[in-house]
Amino acid sequence: MTNLEKYNDAFITTFEITEDQLAGLKYQDIQAWDSVGHMSLIAALEDAFDIMFDTDDIIDFSSYEKGKEILSKEEYGVKF
Amino acid sequence: MTFDEILNISPYSLGRAKKEKLLTERLAELTRHHRANCPEYEAMLKSISFDESKISDYSELPFLPVRLFKELELRSAAKEDIVKTMTSSGTTGQAVSRIYLDRVTSSNQQKTLVKIVSSFTGSSRMPMLIIDCPSVIKNRAMFSARGAGILGFSMFGSDRQYALNDDMQLDIETVEKFLEKHSGERILLFGFTFMIWQHFYRELVKLRDTMGKTFDLSNGILIHGGGWKKLVSEAVSQERFKECLTDVCGLHDVHDYYGMVEQTGSIYMQCECGHLHASVFSDVIIRDPYDFSVLPQGEKGIIQVVSTIPESYPGHSLLTEDEGILLGEDDCPCGRLGKYFMVAGRLQNAEIRGCSDTYAAKF
Repeated sequence: MTNLEKYNDAFITTFEITEDQLAGLKYQDIQAWDSVGHMSLIAALEDAFDIMFDTDDIIDFSSYEKGKEILSKEEYGVKF
Repeated sequence: MTFDEILNISPYSLGRAKKEKLLTERLAELTRHHRANCPEYEAMLKSISFDESKISDYSELPFLPVRLFKELELRSAAKEDIVKTMTSSGTTGQAVSRIYLDRVTSSNQQKTLVKIVSSFTGSSRMPMLIIDCPSVIKNRAMFSARGAGILGFSMFGSDRQYALNDDMQLDIETVEKFLEKHSGERILLFGFTFMIWQHFYRELVKLRDTMGKTFDLSNGILIHGGGWKKLVSEAVSQERFKECLTDVCGLHDVHDYYGMVEQTGSIYMQCECGHLHASVFSDVIIRDPYDFSVLPQGEKGIIQVVSTIPESYPGHSLLTEDEGILLGEDDCPCGRLGKYFMVAGRLQNAEIRGCSDTYAAKF
């Protein structure tokens, strides 16, 4: 799996959504991505990429696009 | 002054004069905001001819009794912008408060909690043992205070594990595995005071006395809250609570906190000296129960809480139903600036509240 596939898969599995819903998706846009869902998504991404997010990044992780930006940071080093 | 600017201030770094200026400015702004956006709030302030531009400091701002949120739907944001409704903990049959959160207020609550708690725990996340059962956060549309507390603190946990099963029984195997996996690491424990005492501490004692089984939690840091009522009635003081936990599992880094669903985020953490501290994001004022005047240090009165966070509901200045005593300001031996205080209990005839206390009412 490519990193993008892994990233998408975490969203799709956690929120039970389809790939076409991902672009532009924001926190609280869908019922599944509430505060509980958020922590599940974080856990899924941490498992998938074997990383640990900083608390500040968990809070800043406000959309599908923003998450990619955060993961691309040096400390996580995920390339898309 | 925006809330983001306040968030950049270190939580316990402002002395009296600077903090008073900051709070007065922000809370007057919030008062104006809620007047403009919540008709019920405006009606109340109008009825007492209140003028926030004339105040000299924030102690002159009106305070709403917390129970008003049970009786009225108080919102300062459009209904369609509300993303989460939080309810207070209450025993069966009690009316519950409803607190309406939009994206901004909800996210500011979480950011504030992170600032405050990480100043005690450090910014790195730790394996986390939650002394509660997983079903607490199942009902997601309506969030109980208990679920919200657990979820808010989950941010600090990396590998999260519930220590109790849904029957509120200690899941010994799970706890054992968890501690084995993270042996040598610093571990975060979180829960509500009574649940910890009843379902964790007592079970650990039983395990030790009947089977000689012990757990080593000397690497742990425990954060707990939710009220002391039941334990006080069982003559378990804060000191004894800590001593007992140290005795049974070596846990010695223990912090109580004071907070409420009406002002989620801006909690009051207990320092190493056993004092509850107000951060720059909020404050307490102790009031005389008869004339509501501000009481000096050392005198017991009703606790008023102010918070710089609430934008989606008019809860920035509230009168609680708790009694407390101001112990000092800017001079706690722990070095944190701001007021420090203790909670003396609930007002006579007040309803039972608090995540720990409402649960304990069943025992």
